[in-house]
Amino acid sequence: MSKKVLMKGNEAIAEAAIKSGCLHFFGYPITPQTEISEYMAKRMPKVGGLCLQAESEISAINMIMGAAASGSRCLTSSSSPGISLKSEGISYIVGCDLPCVIVNVQRGGPGLGSIQPSQQDYYQATKANGHGDEHVIVLAPNSVQEMAQLTSEAFDLADIYRMPAMILADGSLGQMMEPVDFELGSKREIPEKTWATNGTYGKRKKNIINSLYMDPNELEKSVLARFERYAEVTDKEVKYEEYKCDDADIVIVAYGITSRIAKTAISAARAKGIKVGLLRPITLWPYPKKPLRALADTAKHFLVVEMNMGQMVDDVKVATECKKPVSFFGRTGGVIPAPAEILAEIEKIAGGLN
Amino acid sequence: MVVFDRPKSLSPVPFHYCPGCTHGIVHRLVAEALDELDICGKTVGIAPVGCSVFAYNYWECDMIEAAHGRAPAVATGVKRTHPDNIVFTYQGDGDLAAIGTAETVHVGARGENITIIFINNCIYGMTGGQMAPTTLPGQVTTTSPYGRDRRIQGSPVHVCEMLSTLDGVAYAERVAVNTVPNIKKAKAAIKKAFQNQIDKKGLSIVEVLSTCPTNWGMSPEAALEWVKTDMIPFYPLGVYKDTDVKLLNPTSTKEDK
Amino acid sequence: MTTNILLAGFGGQGILFAGKQLAKTAMYSDLQVSWLPSYGPEMRGGAANCSVIISDEEIGSPLVVTPDLLIAMNLPSYDKFAPNVVPGGTIIYDSTLVSTDRVRDDVKACPIPATGIASENGLDGMANVIILGYLLKITGLFEYDKFLEYMIASIPPTKAALIEKNTKALSLGYNFA
Repeated sequence: MSKKVLMKGNEAIAEAAIKSGCLHFFGYPITPQTEISEYMAKRMPKVGGLCLQAESEISAINMIMGAAASGSRCLTSSSSPGISLKSEGISYIVGCDLPCVIVNVQRGGPGLGSIQPSQQDYYQATKANGHGDEHVIVLAPNSVQEMAQLTSEAFDLADIYRMPAMILADGSLGQMMEPVDFELGSKREIPEKTWATNGTYGKRKKNIINSLYMDPNELEKSVLARFERYAEVTDKEVKYEEYKCDDADIVIVAYGITSRIAKTAISAARAKGIKVGLLRPITLWPYPKKPLRALADTAKHFLVVEMNMGQMVDDVKVATECKKPVSFFGRTGGVIPAPAEILAEIEKIAGGLN
Repeated sequence: MVVFDRPKSLSPVPFHYCPGCTHGIVHRLVAEALDELDICGKTVGIAPVGCSVFAYNYWECDMIEAAHGRAPAVATGVKRTHPDNIVFTYQGDGDLAAIGTAETVHVGARGENITIIFINNCIYGMTGGQMAPTTLPGQVTTTSPYGRDRRIQGSPVHVCEMLSTLDGVAYAERVAVNTVPNIKKAKAAIKKAFQNQIDKKGLSIVEVLSTCPTNWGMSPEAALEWVKTDMIPFYPLGVYKDTDVKLLNPTSTKEDK
Repeated sequence: MTTNILLAGFGGQGILFAGKQLAKTAMYSDLQVSWLPSYGPEMRGGAANCSVIISDEEIGSPLVVTPDLLIAMNLPSYDKFAPNVVPGGTIIYDSTLVSTDRVRDDVKACPIPATGIASENGLDGMANVIILGYLLKITGLFEYDKFLEYMIASIPPTKAALIEKNTKALSLGYNFA
């Protein structure tokens, strides 16, 4: 038998976190990500770790702030409405330059919405997790294997750049089972956390974890310094997958589960002689602008496919400098698009090209 | 010869508080307790949002500045991951008893082995004198300009009484810092609240009746008198809970294995 | 070669378990596989279904909309999903619970009274395993011995008594004529 195990995406995230040295989980139950909490509750006591169910998502993210401030690798997870509740805490964590990993297994919105898979939190994740000039690294897995691998990478990225990293998944990825191999993926060198508030023990000056500045010039300086780090992340950490783009007239841009549905549609389209490829952003922030800009020279048309009302379209237009038309197809509210629907869009576009 | 010196745990920086405000007294009492128990080096303090938002500048221990009302949750995160640290929050009435009520109640329900220093001055100081959850009936504030009317704004929250009902709360005492004898009692209570944490007893909270001359519109002296004539009768001083029951919920993740 | 399987029935009939056994065997056979359950209110009683895709190449959408193989363990599932089966596809259904005259002539319809067989043999609640046995016979998707081995391996030691029952149920389904 192989090293692979059959696991739900949610469970794969939890196990990958533990394997990455995360021994502290704080969360609050919400469908469709509760398996993460349940898995942690079962496993953590056995590995000398802690899974604590908070009284709210607000409290959970602030427990994360305390754990991260004192230097621990820690994880919290939720689904869309719960992430909205966490947004205050995320902004503070960013303002304090603390590393942590946040999982959003998206469901339909707005409001209580539905519990079915969606990608309606793209804007929130990539543009405005909380108030203030802020970003978090956003990773979008498209398989259970990537749920594990990107979780592990998220911890390293968070620690290296002292900022939160988010796994932006959806209900289908959380609930589905696929084989996963936890030995894939590489470990990176992590800087020592000399800034942590875990007691001076008389050996150093006190550390202060704080996001408050009375002097706006000081605050501006801290934001500018953070944005220098953001520039470094943008420079070094962009991840994406190109699939059959070399000869593609039409390039679909899709992430997460939607990218897989798009691949099924691409195979069908290619069988009909339509040259279609896929650019799949794996990091949604930082966004893969360069490869998209390059494709704008070779492709004739871009088609954004998402499970929302077109939240990524502007990013594609900016990245491609509007050199080629950008269309959109999506289903929303928790509806998963069918490959045939995407194929129909491809055919419509292909008809216009000829 | 008696030398009145600065406690080592108190940072040598000027406080930003208004004349007559008693925050400074309480800060000093906390520092004295840290000194006398010799725990400053392993202590992590959590500052609130409110007048004492800059508290992270005033003690020599590691400090975290939390979001409004979330200090108990942040403290939980520190204590649960570093059970050997001594962790305390320093919070005002709006922070602890309004926006952060859920965090306060549940840190008690879980019996988190931390210490809370709760400053009750019946008003929002930092934002300029608005009604607090602890504002007295009839008390005039900028958002209760005709006096707090229980039929409209509800009744004040009695924090020590409320928290005493929770199994995880080991110790709850209300003290005042309006007179020298009361300050001495407050000191003893604060020290005990830290000692309890060393003894792993669970949540300890000391509610300190404090003054806000600026927003009460009083002289510092009149403010101290108002604590006696108006606050203490409504918020009686004393020990509301003091249990020797050991921690329900051991915070250690490693040493208890 | 890709096989899109949809398993559907009542909650409690072991729909998800049956799908999981297929998925595990596929994984151990070094095939690509995905298993996607319906989740939400319907899984707390009422209908349950799951999509299982088995392939020798990368799997795209994990949601099975037009199954090659439908396992229908009750009438509502049969009525709902039978029309979606691809022409030339296969429908295996529990004929104890599905009595229907709506039979398509462009698919292979394979009835088996699995619930009846289960209760006759003291195997209440194991109609799902009986159907799996029948599925192996009809489709040849996996070798019987291999499937049985992996199924037994997934039974926890504390429930060892279930090994014999599962083995019997699988065999009854496989040998149903």
